[in-house]
Amino acid sequence: MTGSIEKRLSGWGRYPSGTTEVCRPERLSDLRECLSEGASLVARGLGRSYGDAAFNSAGYTILTERLNRFVAFDAESGVLDCEAGVTVDEILSVLVPRGFFLPVVPGTKYVTMGGALACDVHGKNHHKDGSLSRHVTDFRLLTPSGELVLCSREKHADLFWATVGGLGLTGIVTDLRIKLIPLESSYVSVDYDRAENIDKAIELFHESDENYKYSVAWLDGIVGGRSLGRSVLMRGNPAAAGPATDLSRHSSSSFSLPDVFPGFLLNRLSVSAFNTVYYRKHPRKARDVLTHYESFFFPLDRLSNWNRLYGKKGFLQYQFAVPYEGGREALIEVLELFTKSRYGMFLAVLKRFGPGEASSALSFPMPGYTLAADLPCRDAGVFDFLNEVDRVVSAAGGRIYLGKDARLAAGAVREMYKGLDAWLELKARVDPDRRLTSDLARRLELVP
Amino acid sequence: MSHREARPPESNGAETVLILGATSMIARATAAAFADAGYDLILAGRDLTEVERVAADISIRHGVRAGADRFDALDTDDHERFVEAVTGETGDALAGVVVAFGVLGDAERAATDFDQAHEIIAANYVGAVSVLTHLVPYFERKKSGFIVGISSVSGDRGRGSIYTYGSAKGGFSLYLQGLRNRLHKSGVHVLTVKPGFIDTRMTYGAVKPGMAAEPAAVARAIIRAVRKKSSVIYVPRIWRLIMFVIRNIPEPIFKRLEL
Repeated sequence: MTGSIEKRLSGWGRYPSGTTEVCRPERLSDLRECLSEGASLVARGLGRSYGDAAFNSAGYTILTERLNRFVAFDAESGVLDCEAGVTVDEILSVLVPRGFFLPVVPGTKYVTMGGALACDVHGKNHHKDGSLSRHVTDFRLLTPSGELVLCSREKHADLFWATVGGLGLTGIVTDLRIKLIPLESSYVSVDYDRAENIDKAIELFHESDENYKYSVAWLDGIVGGRSLGRSVLMRGNPAAAGPATDLSRHSSSSFSLPDVFPGFLLNRLSVSAFNTVYYRKHPRKARDVLTHYESFFFPLDRLSNWNRLYGKKGFLQYQFAVPYEGGREALIEVLELFTKSRYGMFLAVLKRFGPGEASSALSFPMPGYTLAADLPCRDAGVFDFLNEVDRVVSAAGGRIYLGKDARLAAGAVREMYKGLDAWLELKARVDPDRRLTSDLARRLELVP
Repeated sequence: MSHREARPPESNGAETVLILGATSMIARATAAAFADAGYDLILAGRDLTEVERVAADISIRHGVRAGADRFDALDTDDHERFVEAVTGETGDALAGVVVAFGVLGDAERAATDFDQAHEIIAANYVGAVSVLTHLVPYFERKKSGFIVGISSVSGDRGRGSIYTYGSAKGGFSLYLQGLRNRLHKSGVHVLTVKPGFIDTRMTYGAVKPGMAAEPAAVARAIIRAVRKKSSVIYVPRIWRLIMFVIRNIPEPIFKRLEL
């Protein structure tokens, strides 16, 4: 019998938060026990989803951090079988020196594979390689009935696709198999291109994105006028083995920030100044800059508590995608809304998506553009403002990334995710007693 | 502190450590620490599926060989066979054993239900004595090796809240103490580990999170103690002082306390 602890939890954005009973199973039998208690629950990995997807203030929150065993690794095929609590950090630490890399990594290595699957995370190579689920062969799902179901594209395909991006609401993934990619070196050969505005950035993406496995742009979300959406494109390919490279893993050292930052530290003025310096410090054009994967993929991980920079009230991360068709206009409209508003767009990132996973109702990526930005959670006005932005996104046929969301309205999600009705039907079938739920699930009425 | 020449902790690559009760977090961490030092492992426990998971995990992460065996502390009739199978497999290469299994049980129930009390005693004490009885001759013949017993601070003094478990662990501590005395001349090292609050399923929800030490801290302490051939360690170290105080409260006062 394992105990539980009452705790106040939030996502990485520290907004919103809720009080929940936290359990931490160490064995599969503990996990089954949690499920048989009868209360509502949701699994939580490292809590890096920004909003309220990974806690359940109506019942239990199940920490998967100790269900983190590597189950099998086949160096011939590159297929790794691991439990859901295994982190990207652990996988890279163990397997980079042996010449393997994850096919998809998000912007931080501090996520569990279970959480990554539940959000169907994407990385800088989405335009080439799709989201995480494309590389997941199968997984085992502990459903509310206590059944352990092997889900793949062939077996229980409906459950497979409902779980991919399904925010942990179909069951608890115990372990999954994923095909890793061979790695010649730990480095990425990066090209930098400055784009003086959004049009130029889009032009560059179209012109040459297919030449790069990895592609992303930092974007200035504050400057307007002719410089609206000025960007620095950072695109690269895996560097070959050579005298200047090796198979070194990332360092595990990080700098921890104290929780003393006032909410006003990051404001339009300070971020605008930062953006200008950041934009200028990059050359107009640079080629073949050898960059270790850690600084290329996980630049913020060195500051272990960077979310504290936004103060105790926290922040929102707003990420949306819009289709190619009409996407440029929608991007411009959104950027203009931001530049004219009181709400600065901090740490904005622009990227081109490739094809999405059409079979998955809740997987976020869709062919088009995606923009992600942080907004400090300072006053209630920010919610009204983002509702306005939602309308632009929705009208363009776009959608919000639910894994990062903390505030979307239940009505809006139905416009954005057309497959939701079918997903809800499956959810009702696999979880008739509505045992799996989270604060996000209730807010978005995914669980009545 | 001992200044005697200690055997290097790094294995020559051919040596194996046997871990009994391998699915606990302390055992997992200890297995990982021995694997880091280059030892191969045989992990054993009651839930073979879990043991196999832990073994696979250690083997993939640390690149050592980690076998998985079924071992049930309560099934003492099987212990001789188990020990023969293990030593048959390792030959002379078994460097040491870690007795990590244990059952906290339900203290409240054990106070009135002998079946519960019996299980606690059988798992924590009888099972340990049984398997060690079969293992000791191997190390005695070899004239080297180490026996690590994970006991508990609750074995240091009987307390009203947990005395059945405490008495079993206390018995185990005394057994290890005597074994150490007996095996000293054979060159076999016996280490008694007395963990205080460790952040595992045993304490989760019962102890304030900040009060419990990481399982990895126990593992590091064990490796250090095996290297230094220490006799008794408390983890975290503060528990040596805490238990010194608790042991020395006069009984007329102690019996009135709620501990």
